[in-house]
Amino acid sequence: MSTTATTTIAHAVPPEAGPRVFLRRLRNGDEVAHVLTLIFAAGILLITSLLVYELWANSHLSRAKFGWMFFWTRTWDPIFDNFGAAPFIYGTLVTSVVSLLIAVPLGLAAAIFLAELAPRRVSDALAFLIDLLAAVPSVIYGLLGIFIVVPLMRTTLGPALKGALGFLPFFSGPNYGVGFLTAGIILALMVVPFIISVSREVLLTVPREQREAALALGATRWEATWQVVVPWARSGIMGSVFLALARALGETMAVTMVIGNDPRISASLFAPGYTIAAVIANEFTEATGDLYLSALIELGLVLFLLTFILNGLARLLIAATERGGGRPA
Amino acid sequence: MSSAAYGDSATAAKLAPQVRMMDSPLAVSPKEAPVRFQISHLDFFYGSKQAVFDLSLPILANKITALIGPSGCGKSTVLRTLNRMNEMIRHSRFTGEILLDGQDIRRLEVAGLRRRVGMVFQRPNPFPKSIYDNVAYGLRINGYTGRLDNMVEHSLRRAALWDEVKDQLHKSALALSGGQQQRLCIARALAVDPEVLLLDEPCSALDPVTTAKIEELLFHLKDGCTIVIVTHNMQQAARASDFTAFMLDGKLIEHAETSRLFTTPSDPRTEAYITGRFG
Ligand SMILES: Nc1ncnc2c1ncn2[C@@H]1O[C@H](COP(=O)(O)OP(=O)(O)OP(=O)(O)O)[C@@H](O)[C@H]1O
Ligand SMILES: [Mg+2]
Repeated sequence: MSTTATTTIAHAVPPEAGPRVFLRRLRNGDEVAHVLTLIFAAGILLITSLLVYELWANSHLSRAKFGWMFFWTRTWDPIFDNFGAAPFIYGTLVTSVVSLLIAVPLGLAAAIFLAELAPRRVSDALAFLIDLLAAVPSVIYGLLGIFIVVPLMRTTLGPALKGALGFLPFFSGPNYGVGFLTAGIILALMVVPFIISVSREVLLTVPREQREAALALGATRWEATWQVVVPWARSGIMGSVFLALARALGETMAVTMVIGNDPRISASLFAPGYTIAAVIANEFTEATGDLYLSALIELGLVLFLLTFILNGLARLLIAATERGGGRPA
Repeated sequence: MSSAAYGDSATAAKLAPQVRMMDSPLAVSPKEAPVRFQISHLDFFYGSKQAVFDLSLPILANKITALIGPSGCGKSTVLRTLNRMNEMIRHSRFTGEILLDGQDIRRLEVAGLRRRVGMVFQRPNPFPKSIYDNVAYGLRINGYTGRLDNMVEHSLRRAALWDEVKDQLHKSALALSGGQQQRLCIARALAVDPEVLLLDEPCSALDPVTTAKIEELLFHLKDGCTIVIVTHNMQQAARASDFTAFMLDGKLIEHAETSRLFTTPSDPRTEAYITGRFG
């Protein structure tokens, strides 16, 4: 866009002495803004590439030793220098999935309530509070987990789930209070404000005519919301979910406080586990030996890849659902 | 699913003969035409702001009634009261009585009322779905069990759009031109076979050729349903309607057969408006 603007300006200006024209054009806000935004955009690209490069270069030892097996190996043994990422990838994915399973329905329902049903003033006030929740430091959520969710899981929630759904492998085995499920719940609490906040905003931008079109055909309010308003906002809502997913994947502090920090792969959600972000944070400073360090750095690379792949899949998903009857982007 | 089952229309049709002749104080000759909507002493409020004052107006069946008047005079408000669309606006309320085929619209189930009283909006507002799904939407939510394909084609034909879209029914409705979109919205409204079609400035975003197309389409539609159209365009009202109601500041000034209202208005304010001296 701004290139076309530039060319029009260039043609409109009579050919004068070079530097003066350049200065005048520089004084033009558009030009300055153009250059600045370009620099910042390029900066982000540069930082990202540097990051990947650093992770890549510094994980050299580990990559050379374990190769692709790094992804499948289930041991994490600093004493015998045998490292595998599998339990951490598993823990990261499981906690993230659990958190989304809880947070998406909850967040979407809350967003629909705030955007569609609540009076505007109540909605705005609550949205403000929710934005505050999103800004609470994660260590606070970790404390919340330790003092409230872990005991709750041990004494009430866990036994109840076991009683009701104990026949499923997810809800069997010993329950210590800490583990995948607890971490997932804490993560859900942390990401639900994102989902609510972004989804509410998106729902509010759905044109009134869309809802009225459905109502005018005899749709009930709920039908209009669910069949017309929500689908219209779909890509924005998905965006909020992927924001939440990204946060869940990378969350470190709160998770490490409640997951048990045990690199194991268990089907039971009550079992303790470990995530990539948590193990890096916990072991990086005390990693002795170059291979150990290198393996941790490779874990960072894996996390980066994971986020990257999931985001890419998400985008494909949005593009796929949007084709056909979808609204042009 | 809405409780407005498709069977409702049969019931509605049986109730229809209970039709009233106009008791409007206005000098409109009834001409035997049954009254579809009878609006009596309508006062409409947005919160504490009154937008319509003591308005009484009959809407005759199978006629086109145009609502004209300067911006902000309350045309849309009246129109949107007829299918209770204004209920979506918080703190809005009305007093007075509106009868549809002799029944108080406030006592009707709202989804059922809206199925009987279709609406087309100022800006084309197709759903971001395929052309087919747009037209089928109303049928689906109302639990229509017949052949959707036939109804979709029938509705698109009534809206004079079939020939242009028959080969691309599964394309996105948003890929259509503005005029096509508006006719699609008409088809969508017609699909549930409403008794009344309300149109709020349906042509204001369209070019003259498309506008003419839609006017002609309305003319053909009135055999099957009653039409109320809000318009800013006096030529349009003069061309396309049988009756015209002129509103000013929330009040009905004059209601008459269109030919008479535009040739010999009985109120000086009507004359001033139609000759373009204000508004
Ligand atoms: N949602 C609302 N809340 C408060 N006042 C409203 C609302 N909608 C309309 N009004 C007011 O009611 C009056 C009538 O509005 P209405 O939209 O019915 O006018 P109109 O004749 O359709 O005008 P236009 O030709 O511009 O569409 C106006 O004074 C308007 O400001
Ligand atoms: Mg209006």
